[in-house]
This record gives sequence, C-alpha cells and structure tokens, in this order.
Amino acid sequence: MLELATNQGIPVAEHNVEDSPLAIRGLTVSYGQKPVVFSVDMTVQPGAMTAIIGPNGAGKSTLLKAALGIVAPLSGQVTVFGQPLEQQRARIAYVPQRASVDWDFPTRVIDVVLMGLSRQLGLLGRIRARHMSRAMECLNRVGMRDFADRQIGQLSGGQQQRVFLARALAQDADLYLLDEPFAGVDAATEKAIIAVLKSLKEAGKTVVVVHHDLATVTEYFDHVFLINTRKVAEGPVDTAFTAETLQTAYGGRLATAQIDQISRALA
Amino acid sequence: MFWEALTLQLGYNATLVAIGATLLGVSAGVTGTFLFLRKRALVSDAISHATLPGVCLAFMMLVFLGGDGRNLIGLLAGSAISAWIGLLCMNWLTRRTRLAEDAAIGAVLSVFFGFGIVLLTVIQTMGVGRQAGLEGFLLGSTAGMLWADALIIAIGGAATLLMVMIIRRPMTIVAFDADYAAAQGLPVHRIDLAMMGLVMAVTVVGLKIVGLILIVALLIIPAVTARFWTERSDRVVMLAGLAGGLAGYLGAALSAVTPNLPTGPIIVLVSFGFFALSLLFAPGRGVLAAVLQHLKFQRRVHIRQGLLALAQGQKIYEPLTLRLLARAGLARADGVATEAGKALAAKALRDEKRWEVIRADQAHEATAALYDGLRDIETVLTRDQIAEIDRRIGGPQEVPA
Repeated sequence: MLELATNQGIPVAEHNVEDSPLAIRGLTVSYGQKPVVFSVDMTVQPGAMTAIIGPNGAGKSTLLKAALGIVAPLSGQVTVFGQPLEQQRARIAYVPQRASVDWDFPTRVIDVVLMGLSRQLGLLGRIRARHMSRAMECLNRVGMRDFADRQIGQLSGGQQQRVFLARALAQDADLYLLDEPFAGVDAATEKAIIAVLKSLKEAGKTVVVVHHDLATVTEYFDHVFLINTRKVAEGPVDTAFTAETLQTAYGGRLATAQIDQISRALA
Repeated sequence: MFWEALTLQLGYNATLVAIGATLLGVSAGVTGTFLFLRKRALVSDAISHATLPGVCLAFMMLVFLGGDGRNLIGLLAGSAISAWIGLLCMNWLTRRTRLAEDAAIGAVLSVFFGFGIVLLTVIQTMGVGRQAGLEGFLLGSTAGMLWADALIIAIGGAATLLMVMIIRRPMTIVAFDADYAAAQGLPVHRIDLAMMGLVMAVTVVGLKIVGLILIVALLIIPAVTARFWTERSDRVVMLAGLAGGLAGYLGAALSAVTPNLPTGPIIVLVSFGFFALSLLFAPGRGVLAAVLQHLKFQRRVHIRQGLLALAQGQKIYEPLTLRLLARAGLARADGVATEAGKALAAKALRDEKRWEVIRADQAHEATAALYDGLRDIETVLTRDQIAEIDRRIGGPQEVPA
C-alpha cells in the first residue's frame, strides 16, 4: 500500500477516486514563481483519520486550502465523494488555523458556532430555537457550553480552537478538514479535540488533519500523508510512517535521534 | 433657534437638508461598519476620491449634448462609473500585482483625484464653468438643495440599507474569517465587491451633502464609535446607524442656525464628538474605564498580596500595599494585622487552596478559566461545591500571629 515519490502519478490507492471523500490529482499550487505544492495526488480513505505531515513550509496547509478552493491551484483536479467540489460543499467542514482570524472581532462564542449553520439558514432565515440548541449541543461536545455568551477575545488559545471545532461540528458534514488543530493548545484541549475526532470517525465520518507533532501520529491516526512540496508517502500508518519516509520528507531537518525514537515506537 | 432647527421649523431648505443628512448618516454608518469590520476602512477614501473625474466628465458631456450640466442624476451616474473604475483598479492592483492594499489605495486615490482636479480646472475655463458649482462636490454644498435632491438621497440611502440587510450575514462571516467563508462556498470576492459597491453607492448619494473628501468620516467614525459600546457585530451595525443618523441630524440643525458654517464638515465634527465621548467614557473599552479598571485592579492585587503575606507571617515591604491595607483597616501602619485583617487573610489563603483544587480538576474548567488570583470563591461556586472542595483539602488552619 505504500506509495513512494518514485511512483508518483500512478494511482495505487486502496480505493478508487469515485468513493474517496477527497481525491486530488496532479495538484500544483504556487505563490509567485515558486511551487509550494507540486503535482500531488492524494486519495483520502473513507472513514479514516488521516494526518498530513511534513516539515515547515512543505505545503501542508496550502494543500488543504487548494483542495477547498480557498487558494487557486495552477493545475490539478479535486473531487469530493466522486463529484466536483462545488456540488459537495455542504458535506465538508473546515477548521482553519486559529491564528488566521482576529480574536478581537466583536462576536460571541455562540455567534461563531452559528456561522456553521449559515448554509442552512440561507440569506434571510431567522435563527430559531432549534438552531440555537444545535449550536449549544456542538459547544457541549467540545466542553465549551458554559462559554457561549463570552466574547471570543476572552478565551484561551485552546478554547478558541475548540470553538472553531464546534463551528465545524454544527455543519454536520461528512468530511472534516482541520489545519493544525493541536498547535499551541493545552493538554485538556488536545484531549477534548481528539475525543471529538474519534467520535466522528466512529460515526463513519472522514477526518483529515494537518499535524505537526510526530510523536502522537501513531496514537491519533490510522493513515498518514507525507508531503514536502511533492508527495513522499501515503497509506496506513504502519507502512507509510517509517524512518525511511520521514527521512525523505524531512531530510536533514529531522534529527537522527528523533527518527530512531519514532522507529522504535513503531517497532 | 436651535430648537426650531431640531424640530424642522426653520424653513423648507433646512428641513430637506436635515432629513437628507439623517438618512445619509444612517446608511453611511451601517454600510461603513462592514468595511470597518473587514479592516478595509481606507478603501472608502479611495472610492470617494475616484468619483471626481466622473462628476467632471459627466458635466462636460451634459453641456456638450446641450443639456444642463448641473443635472444631479447625470452627475451622480458619472461619479458612480468612475468610482467603480477606481474600485476595479484597486482590486486589480491588490490581487494581481505585488502591491499591498495600502499602496493600491494611495495610487488610485491620488491619480483619480489629480485627474479630477485637472478636469475641474478645464471646466472653469469653459465659460459655462463659473456657474457649475462643481467645487461643491468636494466638501458638499447644501445651500441650494432641491426636493429632487433630497428624494435621490432618500431613495439611494434606503436602497443601500436594504441591500446591506440582505447580505449582512455573509459579509460578517467574510469579515471574521474569509478562509472559512470560502470553504463554505461563499463567493468571498463577490461579497467584497458588493460591500465596496454599497460603500460607493453611499458615497455617491452623499456627495451633495458632505462631499467626497469627508464622506470617509461618515462611513468609518460611527462604526468605530459603536465598537466602544458592544462586543457583538450586529449591535455594532445598529449603533453605528444610530450614531451616524444622529450626527447627520444634529449637524444639519447646527449648520442651519449658523448659516455661515458648512453642513458637511459640521456633521463630521458632531460625529467626531460622539467618537470622543465614546473613546473617553464608554464602559469597558473606553479610556477612562481602562484607567479606573487598572487602578482598581492594582488595588485588589496589592490587598490580596498583602493578605496572603499576612496569612503566611511574611513581612510586607511595599509601601503601597501597607498603605492600602491600613486604609482598609486590615493592618496597622507598621504592618501588623488587625483582627479583621487576620480573618480576611485566613480566608484568602484558604481560597488559594480551593482554587488549586479547581484548577487541577478538568470538571471545573470553565470556572478555572476565571482564576486571576483575586476572585472570591463564593462568586464562582455554589455553597455545596465549596463544601465538596473543603472536604478534599481538610479543615481550616490558624493564621500565625
């Protein structure tokens, strides 16, 4: 099942493009003249928890953003559940990086979660009791029910991250894409988030997470996608997350000691 | 006299101006709020300056076609077209070149305005130019306002408000988190264009009253003013409309009773007055509130630290702490605790212990977030919860003498 950079472009994935929640073919994204993501193929497995891993600046977040049409790719195709992205928007929930917004924005926690219902509400639909209770239920799932009326600026970083997750939950999607949800959060938040993600997986949802902490990969995820501008490896953790693939993805940036540690953990 | 102005009894023109200025204030305040929330306040300045060439070209064309160059609808249509071109230029510069938005704003603003001034000079040499009164569009001129002008402002303002109300939700989501909005399938770019288009509409409608140089003040100041009073975006929008409308109304009345004062700038100054009052006196975000809160906070910190020091039998060196404790009757001037001081000190130490339990317990997370080293435990927990914690940490201890 392991796919190395050498056989890029030849789809040897476990599932076809048709039933993959997110299938990317030949995706290239560049800022200016420098490609950040180059000719990448990715086939996300349905019902799996996949970690996108790679060094800083390897194009992890960009891959996610291009898959969602937030940044325009130079080339490549994206299908979601076998169909064009635009037709499947309602089935995708995205959790951006926490640092991407201004937390002094005049809004309360509950208002942020209600944003997740905006597709349902439409332009002029009134926010009714059932929308409020749905939003509260999502806050409850991330342990933030008591914070509903707080201004978002009063939250700690971890709490902000959980509010973002609650907003995604409100969408009741089938595919969840999270950009570095564990970056700079406290242990309690990390636990709460991983519990929610695991419950999503149990409910048959597909979860893709941009992840930076190599130490927790085997514990949290069942699939990995290693990238460093080009795809390095893709597949189940036990075959694709190895000392060899990590060495290829990180090059000299990862200390040998770290790699040894991970290989020992894997063995 | 001022009362008569406020009750619209100062004649036909004054009444028209007051109604027009109020409506303009409301729609500018409401529309400008979204620009402010999107952090694009200065875009409105470029848009407004880009109206000038359009006004002049429209005038020249009207005269050339043998019509009356002062036809307001014609002039406003011209201004809208050139403002839209300016807007597209700015958008293109920001999105397709490496120029940052501030540079694009500067470029569009100065070039369009410069071109407009050249055209204005040309018109003045045209012969018909003397009576054109186009300079009025720079700073507004309400002296000869007609019923038709007021009607245009009313209809334009109301239409803009209606549009804003319809797309307020997507505009708010885009302003808070554009990436998330895009992932949800919202057309972020088009929503931004619509927002700036609405700002342009307000600008064009407001040309007659405040002019193109000062309209930015009516768009932005009410939003900034409103932000001082609330933490909710929907309320910022409403309060900004209120502040803008009130400024328009009061400003028009003020300038009606003092005929030599120009209406537009007076409205802006009244608006600034509201801003200054909010800046100083708003609870929470205002300057005065911040200073008072800081002093109060400092006092609480010192008393708390002093009490904890007393409870643990440590000597207090900080003069401010000693002074505050003495003034509160908790310690003598030499730092020895009074009876009241001893009781409070014991309580403070015990609260610290209770907080330790709360902060270590995941079940109390929401409460733990409130910990600041100062709060009395009773303000955050029920009697039963405190009793439960006390069971865990054992009985109270004596304060050392």
